[in-house]
Amino acid sequence: MTATRPLLELRDVHKSFDAVRALRGVSLELLAGEVHALAGENGAGKSTVVRIIGGEHRPDAGELLLDGEPTRLRGPREAQRHGIAVIHQEPSQFPDLTVAENVFMGRQPLRAGRRIDRAAMRARTAELFDSLGVPIDPDRVTRGLSIADQQIIEIAKALAAEARIIVMDEPTAALSTVEAERLFRVARRLADGGAALLFISHRLEELAALCQRVTVLRDGALVTTAMMADIDRETLVRSMVGRDVELLFPGREHEPGEDALVVEGLTRSGVFHDVSFTVRCGEVVGLAGLVGSGRSEVARAVFGVDERDAGTVTVAGRPLRTGDPRAAIAAGLAMVPEDRREQGLVLDLSIERNATLARLRAVSRLGVVRRARERAVAGEWAGRLGLRFRRLGDPVATLSGGNQQKVVLGKWLATEPAVLIVDEPTRGIDVGAKVEVHALLADLAARGIAVLMISSELSEVLGMADRVLVMHEGRLTAELDRAEATEEAVMHAATGGGP
Amino acid sequence: MRTLRWEAVLLALCVAVLAYGAATTDGFTEQGNLAFLLLDYSEVALLALALLPIVLTGEIDLSVASTLGFCSALTGTLWEAGLPFETIVPLVLLAGAALGAVNAVLVVYFGLPSLAVTIGTLGLYRGLAYVLLGDRAVTGFPANYRPLATDSIGFLPYATVLVLVVGIGVALLVHVTPVGRSLYAIGLNTQTARFSGIRVDRVKLALFVLSGALAALASLLYTLRYNSARADNANGMELVAVAAVLLGGVSIFGGRGTVLGVATALLAMAGLRNVLFLDDVSNEIQNVITGLLLIVSVLVPVLFKPRRTKDAPLDKSTSDTGGDPGGGRARGLRGDHEGVGRGGG
Repeated sequence: MTATRPLLELRDVHKSFDAVRALRGVSLELLAGEVHALAGENGAGKSTVVRIIGGEHRPDAGELLLDGEPTRLRGPREAQRHGIAVIHQEPSQFPDLTVAENVFMGRQPLRAGRRIDRAAMRARTAELFDSLGVPIDPDRVTRGLSIADQQIIEIAKALAAEARIIVMDEPTAALSTVEAERLFRVARRLADGGAALLFISHRLEELAALCQRVTVLRDGALVTTAMMADIDRETLVRSMVGRDVELLFPGREHEPGEDALVVEGLTRSGVFHDVSFTVRCGEVVGLAGLVGSGRSEVARAVFGVDERDAGTVTVAGRPLRTGDPRAAIAAGLAMVPEDRREQGLVLDLSIERNATLARLRAVSRLGVVRRARERAVAGEWAGRLGLRFRRLGDPVATLSGGNQQKVVLGKWLATEPAVLIVDEPTRGIDVGAKVEVHALLADLAARGIAVLMISSELSEVLGMADRVLVMHEGRLTAELDRAEATEEAVMHAATGGGP
Repeated sequence: MRTLRWEAVLLALCVAVLAYGAATTDGFTEQGNLAFLLLDYSEVALLALALLPIVLTGEIDLSVASTLGFCSALTGTLWEAGLPFETIVPLVLLAGAALGAVNAVLVVYFGLPSLAVTIGTLGLYRGLAYVLLGDRAVTGFPANYRPLATDSIGFLPYATVLVLVVGIGVALLVHVTPVGRSLYAIGLNTQTARFSGIRVDRVKLALFVLSGALAALASLLYTLRYNSARADNANGMELVAVAAVLLGGVSIFGGRGTVLGVATALLAMAGLRNVLFLDDVSNEIQNVITGLLLIVSVLVPVLFKPRRTKDAPLDKSTSDTGGDPGGGRARGLRGDHEGVGRGGG
């Protein structure tokens, strides 16, 4: 089906929060039957656009038109009544209710006596999943479902509410490639059925693969709207960043040195089994696999945040006890965790206090934390990482995602590690910051640090790693060197194809 | 900064209470009365100082007053049994630490919520105190020790000097040492604390043991001051201590609060109680006034703080990871109790 009339239109929308002008004259048309990409760096205003469409914010100036009619959405419920649905990156469901109950939450089909018609609910849910081409059991509880499945449930929810305008706000950030492809198939089906989709992602290849049209925002202003076919990757990146971005991945030579991290027979029952690998000084090793394959869990057990049931971990020749991150840090291990807000940072604490949290003793003398020393350390790393901030005493919550990630990196680099584990180091940060993080990791490896990188982005793993380890259902299924590591080979091993 | 402003409010409250007392109440400014004012709150102060670090980590210990009661009963039992007081002191301190360790084991190693555990031990320890002494009172403690709990050096009671020493110790622990830094990190985000190599379990264990020991110290003071060891000593005092901690600007959710705030709150509450006592206000009305004060103290900052509207972004990062609703909501809540707790790291 070809695109026709705009179901939703934003015309010259302005929105400010206090002194921050989040949107400055943004216009956007969402056409029936079309997937529209919204691109831009963090802080460009994408989320504000999403919230205005979803009814959470109202524009200060400009208007929102639904089917050509100027409309004022007074809240999310009203947006829903107009057929607007927003699918978030991390869906929030009732984990103890069944899939069907979640899908029909708040609009359960009733039978006589205002009782919920469970049979109809189940049947309708099964029908919806059928139409989406995804097999999910309507009767199971949602607890334990993957994020990918939860997003499909959100989409089913949107369909159950007869949504025609569907906004997907970075839905693929936590998905593996296979899961993302399934989501794209669903999205295409929705568009073919006449819905208008707005799709947000930091992964440009996804935008190119899925979307027909793209709107680029920068600093709250509209840069361009173009047909996806008419715009190449470089032009897109340039219009997002406002400058040329040379190479997405730094090229580098590497000569691996001695073994820095040796993991043997690592097992945590029910989670992963008999995982053995080595990372050498100066090497970047990628750990790939689908979400749920046990990548992050291995990293947590290596670092000691989780206990291991069997196996040994040796850092720079020193064996580590199980379940003791402090000893791991002392031995020279550092870990940038998967979730920077919940594991990497204390959002309410200042930049400097976060920066020294993992090495408080090193900035103390005689049991006294020396604030001057603390500030100096934080300042030094802020400078080296190009952190953009106002004061070191500001809470990290005031920083953008990319800058928060730099604080986490700085916090760990300040411990002068021999081995650095990074779990999803560029999740949810913008292209410019991504390039900086990649360059930093390459630079660290060049200085002889052993880097173990976990990433759901295959292009990142292939672009950065000297060697790629692939996990499938808790086991290491392949170890590929740079020449062998192609997208096909990694996916083959990640989906259980064996080496 | 917010913390300092709150402490300024508390200080103003202190001055107001003292000025009111001096202006309207006969005998308020007499040295004997001022010493009594300080003495009267010394056990509460010790319990509040024991609670502060625990509350900073997001836990609570409601068994402090019962621990005091048990230790008092134990003191009486041992004294009756003929042990010298010099031997009783270390034994009682150890017993207090052991009771704290029981709380710690239940909270840390079994992962139980400290609120439930310490409500349980609140009853349990008080019950054990009655097992030891029934409703008898043991008196006749040695006259050479009793002045330590009642007399003054210059204008400061010895007991107040003890409280000051403990207070400075806790202040150093909380505000200066690496452990103190970890307390705030644990209270604000336990996961990040763990990922940063902070031994969360060990820290909490130590704090509960410390709390038990301080409660035991308070029990010795209490027993000597009244020259009476009873199972019901300091019954209900945990609530006064918690009130002082909260009034002092410590967030009940952890991560915010200072020793200075708690100290100022203690002084204000002690002054108020003294003034009301001298004015012949009944105990019940005193409780009403203290309770209202506590509610007003948590309400005022919420009412007068320019609240961020729902529309405003909490911070720039909200827009980064694409407005995940759960996270936003969680932080919204944090924002709220920031208002209630008033602290500021």
